[in-house]
Amino acid sequence: MSTPASAPADATPSGFPLSAYLICFRGIVWREALRFLHQRERFVSALVRPLLWLFIFAAGFRQVLGVSITPPYQTYILYEVYITPGLVGMILLFNGMQSSLSMVYDRETGAMKTLLVSPLPRWFLLVSKLAAGVAVGIVQVYVFFAIAWFWEVQPHWTGYLTVLPALILTGLMLGSLGMLLSSLVKQLENFAGVMNFVIFPMYFASSALYPLWRVQESSPPLYTITLFNPFTHAVELVRFALYGEINWQALAVVIGCTIIFLGGAILAYDPARGLISRKRQ
Amino acid sequence: MALDAAIMKPDLSAGAPDAPPALDVRRVSHSYGDRKALDSVSFAVPQGSFTALLGPNGAGKSTLFSLVTRLFNVRDGEIRILGKRLNEEPGEALRRLGVVFQARTLDLDLSIRQNLKYHAALHGMTGADAKLRIAEILQGSELIDRMGEKARNLSGGQLRRIEIVRAFMHRPRLILLDEPTVGLDIRSRAEIVSEVRRLVNEEGVSVLWATHLIDEIDETDRVVVLHHGKVLAEGDVPDIVAAESAGSIRDAFTRLTGLAKSTVEPETAS
Repeated sequence: MSTPASAPADATPSGFPLSAYLICFRGIVWREALRFLHQRERFVSALVRPLLWLFIFAAGFRQVLGVSITPPYQTYILYEVYITPGLVGMILLFNGMQSSLSMVYDRETGAMKTLLVSPLPRWFLLVSKLAAGVAVGIVQVYVFFAIAWFWEVQPHWTGYLTVLPALILTGLMLGSLGMLLSSLVKQLENFAGVMNFVIFPMYFASSALYPLWRVQESSPPLYTITLFNPFTHAVELVRFALYGEINWQALAVVIGCTIIFLGGAILAYDPARGLISRKRQ
Repeated sequence: MALDAAIMKPDLSAGAPDAPPALDVRRVSHSYGDRKALDSVSFAVPQGSFTALLGPNGAGKSTLFSLVTRLFNVRDGEIRILGKRLNEEPGEALRRLGVVFQARTLDLDLSIRQNLKYHAALHGMTGADAKLRIAEILQGSELIDRMGEKARNLSGGQLRRIEIVRAFMHRPRLILLDEPTVGLDIRSRAEIVSEVRRLVNEEGVSVLWATHLIDEIDETDRVVVLHHGKVLAEGDVPDIVAAESAGSIRDAFTRLTGLAKSTVEPETAS
């Protein structure tokens, strides 16, 4: 790469060393971080949203848990404590969808073209982009944890470490769902639809706000729906991990969904099979 | 300057007769639904040449660019860049290619340097490499002092010039420019044309320059005339002018596309 521009003969080396992949990955994450820093409103609103739920909604719903003790909790807990993993899921859900919004935006502004003419494999570019979005989401989650700590949501300190892999997995699943959606959404305006038809149903029909046994008591059909909602399993994965436990079922569902969503997104952005070539831009 | 001396240019086009063309487009067709944007298009950009892809708006130039940059897949026909088949070896083909798209693609919230470094990283170049390369390309240009500024603060012509620098960053062998002067004033247009020609001379790359503006074409260029998705003529400017027994390339173009109008329009108008 450091040889001067060369003569008629094609002096371009063949193949890409591992370092090229690492540099490319770092470049994509770095750009995402820069963009995030430039959009301070995005960071503030990403934090205000869950904090409103924690400070106001949770205060009003303190009684919702009743007297039951459900795992992974070993004692009676405040509703604020119960809702925290759900709010973490919410942060990652919005972040994942926002990354998808940025991909639609990128496609309209041409930034997507800049990314896709990179000679590195397209799946690698998409996974790097996804990882960059997840990294930004996880920073938001830890800031939220820090504020929630002062609001009496205080898991054991090791929980903050054990929850990290769950956050990464959840972020990947929701990010790849967003990426898949971004390949289907034609224009930016359609994103409001994603909000109404994806974010809200996923969030409300899950165990984020109320324990599943409560849902089962009041509405068996809704209970079935929540079980089929991958977001439920993401929230449970985070909930257990925050207390140093693994919810195997949730883990399996989250990994399975990530593979399906990410595979779909890679296919959708693959020029050989993809949907983008059927559209004009 | 020492570098310039080391960089070829002399026997580029003359030498290596068996060298593959920088760009080789063979019988490429592409449709959007029922509408055929490209109809069995074939042409070549020989190594070291400055080839203008001349066509009115809607001729299929942007579609062709989307195919060559692999934003769209080539489903019908074949495209090779320096002999590398785009469908079989996309990475090898794309790394030899630099592109300036018609729409602006710089990130306006980032600085010029950040934009260029991001592009370099996408091509596996380290930050240090990128810095050297920026200095090399922008040697003597006033733009070098504005690297830290946000892209938003630059004029349209300056943004375009940065996009051209960006296309050269990873030392490609072929540069595609899709109507790079659209929307610019006359002075910026002239600057961009001369900037690209200077870089082409210094670096010995091959160029495909899409345009609908005939005055951007030099007597020494090669021209491919594209109209309604078909190649109407391909060759050196004097040859095309002679073949059409026209007085100038402008006349030749009018005759070619005028001819095409009477024969092609009826079927595409439906």
